[in-house]
Amino acid sequence: MATSSHDNPALLDIAGVSKAFGSVEVLRSVSLKVDKGEVVTVIGPSGSGKTTLLRCVNFLESYDSGSIRIDGKEVGFREAGTRQRRSERDLAAMRAETGMVFQSFNLFPHLTAAGNIMLGLTKVRGKSKAEARQIAEHWLSRVGLAHKADSLPAELSGGQQQRVGIARAVAMEPKILLLDEITSALDPELVGEVLAVVRSLAEDGMTMVMVTHEMAFARDASSRIVFMADGGVSAVGPPKEILAQETTNERLRSFLARFRASHF
Amino acid sequence: MGYALNFNLIWRHFDKLWGGLLLSLELAVISIAIGVVIGLVLAVWYVSAGRVVRAIIAAYVEFIRNVPLILLVYLVFYGVPTVVDLAYSAPTSFVLTLSVYSGAYLVEVFRSGLEAVPRGQLDAGKAIGLTPWQRLTHVRLPTMLRITLPALSNTFLSLFKDTSVASVISVPELTYGAQWINFNTFRIVEVYLVTTAMYLLTGYVLLFALRLVERRFRAAR
Repeated sequence: MATSSHDNPALLDIAGVSKAFGSVEVLRSVSLKVDKGEVVTVIGPSGSGKTTLLRCVNFLESYDSGSIRIDGKEVGFREAGTRQRRSERDLAAMRAETGMVFQSFNLFPHLTAAGNIMLGLTKVRGKSKAEARQIAEHWLSRVGLAHKADSLPAELSGGQQQRVGIARAVAMEPKILLLDEITSALDPELVGEVLAVVRSLAEDGMTMVMVTHEMAFARDASSRIVFMADGGVSAVGPPKEILAQETTNERLRSFLARFRASHF
Repeated sequence: MGYALNFNLIWRHFDKLWGGLLLSLELAVISIAIGVVIGLVLAVWYVSAGRVVRAIIAAYVEFIRNVPLILLVYLVFYGVPTVVDLAYSAPTSFVLTLSVYSGAYLVEVFRSGLEAVPRGQLDAGKAIGLTPWQRLTHVRLPTMLRITLPALSNTFLSLFKDTSVASVISVPELTYGAQWINFNTFRIVEVYLVTTAMYLLTGYVLLFALRLVERRFRAAR
């Protein structure tokens, strides 16, 4: 198992995070550091805690113990160690520093593609309508949807909706982008267009944590792969190492074997 | 059957019906407006409140829904002023009653709408850093409105018809006007035929207008 050395503090520092839903432990002392510019993909069987971990990073879910810091700042609680939740205002401000793209897109159905992107820019970033519109159009053309600025989500295909979802998240200029199985709800022929956008963001140096089942993408585009099983990090390392056939990690080997059997 | 229809007497007193219809609409609009405020505030409060507040709001809704409107109208107009030192006119009393009555029904409509807003949309609002108030006004309420519009139209129409109950405390709305003409001319069939047509027509116009609004919003889904 490889762990990268860290000279400077990591951009995202997850340390010993545990969480239980009732008697079910979904996260068991998970630790993970992500440096600026890294693309980390998280793989693992369903129910292994991948999505929950991601949702803890922007505090859509709370956790029972441990600490999550972005740029040195504790995310959900006032200080590490204390269990004092930040005020809702503070939480909103913290969340504005992370972007999130969802499996089911979650676009605001009453707003156009541009409107979806502009909402955060005007209400959270305090930009004027005109400026927000300009930024929205810039990002829409980045994801290849300049011509759909005034379309409502219902008028877009799944792949198009998800690209708007990505544009909505990155337009806020987050420090880190969280992607939660963003291609799982898409028809197979639409997956490529969405992954192409993610790839181009990676090339721009966007820091990303991506939960995915797209093994080919994880292999080609990520700096490191995290394999989660039973609520814990079972293996971390560069793609070549993690996806190697001869891994000694029994859980990882059986996951990959099952995965290969069903996908190739 | 030797009954010959004769509408002449109706037309002579038509101002009673026309004026009554206008008053009916006025009673409905004011009561519904107040009811919408009550309903919205309580529904928003309900979905974010603890058990005690929920129980109190639920008790209000259940009480109103299980008591006939006519009883509430009597209670507020005759009952309340005899217990407390308050004086109000019959129309004011009725508006008060219908507001509280419609509020209870609208809490239910709005509450189910708020709860039907997909969780993912609220998560998306959180993720871009909206405050709770911004999430309510920019994400939850607009979606709730789209979900509830059809139910809302039906409730509004039903509340408009409920204004006829005001006749029991002599508020000169449409049904009261019809009764007045009936007592004074004995043209019972004619007057209720005309009155029915007036309710029907007004109802259709209202529903048509509300459906237009619905279509506008549906297109924006």
